[in-house]
Parts: sequence; structure tokens; C-alpha cells
Amino acid sequence: MEDNNKTPVKKALFICSKANLESVYACFVMANGARMEGIEAEIFFTFFGLEAIQKKRLEHLHVATVGNPAMHMPTMIGGLPGMEAFATKMMKDKMEKLNIPPVDEFLEILSASGVKLWACLLAIDMFDLKKEDLIDEIDGILTIGDFYGRAAGTGTQIIFI
Amino acid sequence: MEKMYGGKSISVNDEGFLTDLSQWTKEVAEDIAKEENITVTDKHFEVLAYLQDQYKNDNPLSIRSVGKSGVVGIKELYELFPKGPLKISSKMAGIPKPKSCI
Repeated sequence: MEDNNKTPVKKALFICSKANLESVYACFVMANGARMEGIEAEIFFTFFGLEAIQKKRLEHLHVATVGNPAMHMPTMIGGLPGMEAFATKMMKDKMEKLNIPPVDEFLEILSASGVKLWACLLAIDMFDLKKEDLIDEIDGILTIGDFYGRAAGTGTQIIFI
Repeated sequence: MEKMYGGKSISVNDEGFLTDLSQWTKEVAEDIAKEENITVTDKHFEVLAYLQDQYKNDNPLSIRSVGKSGVVGIKELYELFPKGPLKISSKMAGIPKPKSCI
């Protein structure tokens, strides 16, 4: 029997900590999917995840062919020159066919959809970045404490990717 | 399942989506809007007409494609249907729930 007392998810907070294409897209698709269901969504970009919101870097994200068991290729082959570029191109072509936008356009869509985009202060300092290095859609630079503050309330989920 | 919309009995599935687009009228959309706490405007109907058109032409819906349609921007789409830009709008348009994840 259906439980009518379930607490619905009201807010989904994502921590984007990795720069490989598949992790960044997991974050984006889930945050966008939350908004489509009327759920609030925010993404906190930290450590290597910051690559996804740097103007000069976001176009160059790629899939990892070394140390990625889902690639089904020996590590030595995955490490050959051009292999990552090849795998990345294949993945991007496939995504375009499925109408999944590229990283820059996806960020614009997320921002227009009301997804709050935050950069992690500690990681910004660590990589010597400035606000100007980040895309214009960024809503601000936060400490992890600030971010936890945004998680207040019932029905909030924090998801680390 | 049958529901009373616009003073008529309308066939809907268990999620409240119309099962027969030919039963759709503006009044049906207005009554569904009331259930969703939406105050309908001309802009809502413009979007609904676009969605119905896409459905009739077998074009799958996504936030991206609606945003690129020239009918409505993504920000405005969310303002019109805050609780579900594709889901609620499709329900009001009398078309099936979109299967898209993006």
C-alpha cells in the first residue's frame, strides 16, 4: 500500500567535486531533473569540480580512459596519445544525439531554471582563482559552512558526486 | 478514469493526464490550472499550443528544445509552470507526460 506520509524531496544540493565529463554531467542532469519536478536545486563546485565553471576550462572537460573500468580497455591502451580525446568525442556526439546540451549551454539552462551555482571558497584559494575566472552565471563563492546553512529544512538532500 | 473538467467528463490516466487529446478544450486547461494553483494567461495558452503541436508532430519534448523554440524562454517557462515546466504544462495541454530526463 502507498505510504501517504512520505516526506517529498523539496531541495537537492549537489557537490560537484570531480572534473571528468561523466561526473559533471551526472550533477547537471540530476539538478536539472530536480527543477523539472519543481524541486529546488543547487550545485556547490569544489576542488576539481571547479573546472566545470571556469571560462577557460569548461570546454575542455573529458572522460577518463585510464582507471575507468567502464571503458573496457586495458589501462595501457587508455593511456595512448589521443585516446581520451577520441573517447570524449564519441561521448559528446552521442549526447548531442540525445539532445543533451554541451557544458556551457547546460550551465546557462541550469541558471535560467533557477539552479543556484556556488563556488567553494577554499578550492578557489587553493587554485589561485579569481571571480573573473568563473562563468558569469555563478551566484557566489561560499564556505562549506554557508553551504550547510543552505541545507536547512526538512526534505533537503545533499548529494556528493 | 474520468474527471469533470470544463463541465464535461474527460478521460484521464492515474496521474491525471488526458488520454484523448480530442477531448481537450481551453476550459479543460483552465480547470487543470486551478488544481495546480496556476493563474492562466495568454502566454500559458501560447505554450500549450506549441506543446500540442510538437506532440502531433512526434517531436520529443525537453527543456532545451522548448527553450530554443522561440515561443518561451527557459526562465519564463519556469515562471509559468513553477512546479513542473514540462510535466504540468503537458498535463494542461492534454498530451501525455513527457518521458524526457532533460
